Amino acid sequence: MDVLGRGKVVATREDMLTYEYDGSADTASPDAVVLPETTADVAAVARFCHEHGVPIVPRGAGTGLSGGAIPVEGGVVMSFARMARILEIDVPNLRAVVQPGVVNLHLSTAVAPHGLYFVPDPSSQKACTLGGNVAENSGGPHTLAYGVTTNHVTGLEIVLSDGTIARLGGKAVEDEGYDLVGTFVGSEGTLGMVTEITVKLTPLAEDRRTVLAAFTTMDQASETVSAIIASGVVPAAIEMMDNLSTQAVEESVHAGYPLDAGGILLVEVEGVRDGLEDARERIEAICRANGASSLRLAATALEREKLWAGRKGAFAAMGRLAPDYYVQDGVIPRTRLPEILRRVNEAAASRGLRIANVFHAGDGNLHPLIVFDLRKEPDALRRAQEAGLEILAACVEAGGSITGEHGVGMEKNCFMPLQFRPDDLAAMRRVKDAFDPAGLANPGKVFPTPSRCREFSLGAVR
Amino acid sequence: MGGLRGGQPPSTVAPLAFLPYPNADAPSEDLIARCVHCGLCLPTCPTFAVLGVEMDSPRGRIRLMKNVWEGRLGADAAAFDDHMNTCLDCRACETACPSGVEFGKLVEGARSQIVAARNASLGERVIRFVALDALLPHRRALAAFARFSYLSKRLGAGAALRAIGTVSHAARRLAGLLELVPDQAPTSEGLPRTVAAHGTRRARAALFGGCVQRAVFGATNAATARVLARNGVEVTVIEDQTCCGALHAHAGERDGARALARRNIAAFERAGADVVVVNAAGCGAALKEYGWLLKDDPAWHDRAARFASTVRDATEYLAEIGLREKPGPVRAKATYDDPCHLLHGQKVREQPRALLAAIPELTVVPLVEADWCCGSAGTYNVTRPELSRQLLERKVGHIKSTGAELVVTANPGCLMQIQSGLRREAPAVRVVHLIDLLDEAYGAS
Repeated sequence: MDVLGRGKVVATREDMLTYEYDGSADTASPDAVVLPETTADVAAVARFCHEHGVPIVPRGAGTGLSGGAIPVEGGVVMSFARMARILEIDVPNLRAVVQPGVVNLHLSTAVAPHGLYFVPDPSSQKACTLGGNVAENSGGPHTLAYGVTTNHVTGLEIVLSDGTIARLGGKAVEDEGYDLVGTFVGSEGTLGMVTEITVKLTPLAEDRRTVLAAFTTMDQASETVSAIIASGVVPAAIEMMDNLSTQAVEESVHAGYPLDAGGILLVEVEGVRDGLEDARERIEAICRANGASSLRLAATALEREKLWAGRKGAFAAMGRLAPDYYVQDGVIPRTRLPEILRRVNEAAASRGLRIANVFHAGDGNLHPLIVFDLRKEPDALRRAQEAGLEILAACVEAGGSITGEHGVGMEKNCFMPLQFRPDDLAAMRRVKDAFDPAGLANPGKVFPTPSRCREFSLGAVR
Repeated sequence: MGGLRGGQPPSTVAPLAFLPYPNADAPSEDLIARCVHCGLCLPTCPTFAVLGVEMDSPRGRIRLMKNVWEGRLGADAAAFDDHMNTCLDCRACETACPSGVEFGKLVEGARSQIVAARNASLGERVIRFVALDALLPHRRALAAFARFSYLSKRLGAGAALRAIGTVSHAARRLAGLLELVPDQAPTSEGLPRTVAAHGTRRARAALFGGCVQRAVFGATNAATARVLARNGVEVTVIEDQTCCGALHAHAGERDGARALARRNIAAFERAGADVVVVNAAGCGAALKEYGWLLKDDPAWHDRAARFASTVRDATEYLAEIGLREKPGPVRAKATYDDPCHLLHGQKVREQPRALLAAIPELTVVPLVEADWCCGSAGTYNVTRPELSRQLLERKVGHIKSTGAELVVTANPGCLMQIQSGLRREAPAVRVVHLIDLLDEAYGAS
C-alpha cells in the first residue's frame, strides 16, 4: 500500500497477528493495518478502500467487549493510536476538542487543573479511547447520574467510507436539523470513522461519599438498590459484585473488600458538601434495613481510589479465575434484579459454567461474566454463548435490552431479532445505507448476517 | 489488495512448519493464560506510547508468545526477535495488570528462546561474550574497563569519535555510549570485611555489591554500609560474590544467569547474615527472582528461594527497620524518579519516599511519569539507542519542569542515563542515589 507510506502500514503476517483480537472473545485476521496520523490520511485510505471494495474496521485501544474492532469480514483495520492529541481545551465554554485516539482518562487528567473532567468513565477508562467511546456510546459506573457518552458529545468530524470529510454539530448544545451527532454516537463504526470529537467538560463535584455495603445474599443487595432509588436519593453510582467477583478483585487491589459477603454494593453520592452527610446516613440506614452485614465509608481519597480501582479492574482481574471469559451486557428494570439474577445464574449453572456478576446495579445494567478455560474445555465458549442468549432473552422479556454499553458488534448481532422486528432492522439499515451505501464501514457488525447467524435459532427462546 | 483472505477466525493449524520453543525456559503457557487481553497495560507501556503499534505493546507481545505455542509463528522469526527485544523489560505493565500477569518472566523466557533458536551474527556474539562473560562477572576487569572509559572521555575521545562518526556508524554508536560514562571518576568502595553497628546491634546484613555498582559507584556501597551501621545494622562484605546475572537474564542468557546465581547463593549462605541488602534496583529484582530462575534445578531451587526471601533493597530495608538516627538537614529542592525494577519489579514505592521525607528541610516535589522508564533499561541504550533517546528526552523534560536541583533515584543504570540526559539540557541539576543523599544528610548532622 503506497497510499500512506511505509511507516504508517502494518502488513507483515507476523505483525498482523496482534490485530486479530480486542477485549472480547472474538478473533479474525485483517488483510492490512493502517496507522493514520491525520484526517487526510484517514480520507486517503477510505478513498482507496472504496475504489477497491475493501472493508474498513476502525480500532481505538482494542478494549471493546463486543468484537467491534475485529475485522470479521477481513479488510483494513484502521488503528487510531497515532491520532491521540488534545487539540483544544476551552474552559469558559466547558468544551474540549480531541482526536479519537486520546485515552479517556488522559483527557480528565489534562483538564483536572481547571477543576473539570470528562464524565463518562467506562471501567477501561485508563486505556480506552474517546473514539471508541463515541463508537460504542460507552457508559460506566457514573452513568446513573450523568448519562452516557452521547450526553457529553456536541460535535464530530467524520470520514465516510467513500472518503468524504464532514463536520457534524460543534460546541453548541443544540444544532439545527437532524441530530446527526446523536445518530453517529453509538454507531459502532458502521456509519464511518470519527476523526475529531468535541466533548462537554463538567466541573468536578465539591465532595463525595463512597460507601461499601456487604450483604449475605445477592437478593438483599438487589432489594437495597431499589430501596435507595425509591427513597429519592440520587447516587452518582450504585455498583454490585457477587462473591466470586469480589474474590478476584480483592486479590488484585487489596482494598479491603469483604471476602465472606454474598453480595456487595459500592454506593457513591457527590455534589455540594452540604447535604452529603445526610444522603450518606440515609443510604446507610436503607442498607441496614435491608440486612447489610457491614458498612464501610471510604475515609480517604486513597481508600476511595482503591475501591474504585477494584471495581473498575474487575473484568480485567478475571484472569485470576480462568484464562477466558465471556461477558454479557443486558439491561433490565431495576425492580426485576433479584429474579433475573437468579435466571442468569441458572443459565450458567445448568451448562456447567462458572459465573461472576459485577455490574451497574443502579442502571439495571447486568454484566454476567462466564469464566472458563478453552484449553481444557474447547466447547465452553459455545455453551457460554448459549447461556448468554438465554440471559438476554430474559432481559428483553423483562422489558429491558440486549446491550447497555458494550455495543452489539459481532458478538450480539445475531441476537438483534430478540429485540427488534424485521421492519425495525430494515429502518436501521436504511440509516446505514444513507451514510455507507457501499457497505464497507465495519461490515458484519450490529446487523444479523446470514452466514454467521444461521446457527442461532432464536425460536427456542422467543 | 487483491483477493481478501482475512476475516476468517485465525486457524490454529500451522500452514507451514514453524519452529517451536526450543527448551524449558520458554514463556510458560500458564503465565500467558493469565492475560485476558483487556488492554489496560497499553497506556503504561513506553514502547507502545512511542511507536503506537500493538505488536510493541505488552498485550501484543504476549499474543505473539502464545502464537508460537500455537504453531502460528516461529520462535526464530525475525519479527518475534524484534518485538521481544524492543521491550524495555521495565515491567510497568505488571503494575497495571489486574490479573497479575508476570510479564518480566514471560519476556525473559521468550528472549531465552530467541537466543537458543536464532543464529546471532558474529558481531553480536563477540559483543555478548565481551560484556556478559568477560566483563560483568570479573570485578577487576570491569573496574579497569570503567577507568579506561572514564579516561578516554576525559581525554576527549568523545569529540574524536564524533568527528570520525561523520563517516563511521560504529564510531557514532561508540560516541553515544561514551555519553553514558559519568563525569565523576569511578570510585571504589574501600570497605573492610565487617562494618560494626553503632549502638546495640539490630541485625546483621550482608551487602550485595553489584558489578557495575562496585566498579563505577563503589562510594555508594560504602555509603550504604555507613547508613546501615548508623542505624544499628552490622554490615559484612563478602569477597566471593559476583554479578547478579540480571543483564544475562534480560538478554536471554539464562544459563549464564543461573551459573552466577549459584555462585552468589553459595557465597551468601556461608555469610549467614539475617538479610542481604542491595542498593541497585536492577540487581535486587534479579536476586529476588533466583527461585524462579532455578525453578527447574531440584538441587538448587529451595536454596535459591530461601536466599531470595532474605533479599531487601536498601531503601526498603531502612524503611522497614526505621531510621534510628535522625538525618541532618539538606536545603534543596528534590524530585524522585522510581527505578522500574524497584517500583514495578519489586513493588517498592512508598519506602524511598518515606526516607526522603525523613530528611529535614528537603523539599520533595512530585515528578510527572516518575513511574516511567528513562530508557536505560539494562543495555537498552546500547541495543535501541534511538528509542532510548526519545524516552530520555521525555524524562528530562519532566525533570526540568519540576524546577528541582536534585534528582534522586536508586539504581546505577538510571543514574548514568539521567545524568547523560541532563548534562546538555540542565547541567546544574545533580543526580544522586538516595542512599548517597541520606549519607550526606547524616554527615551534615
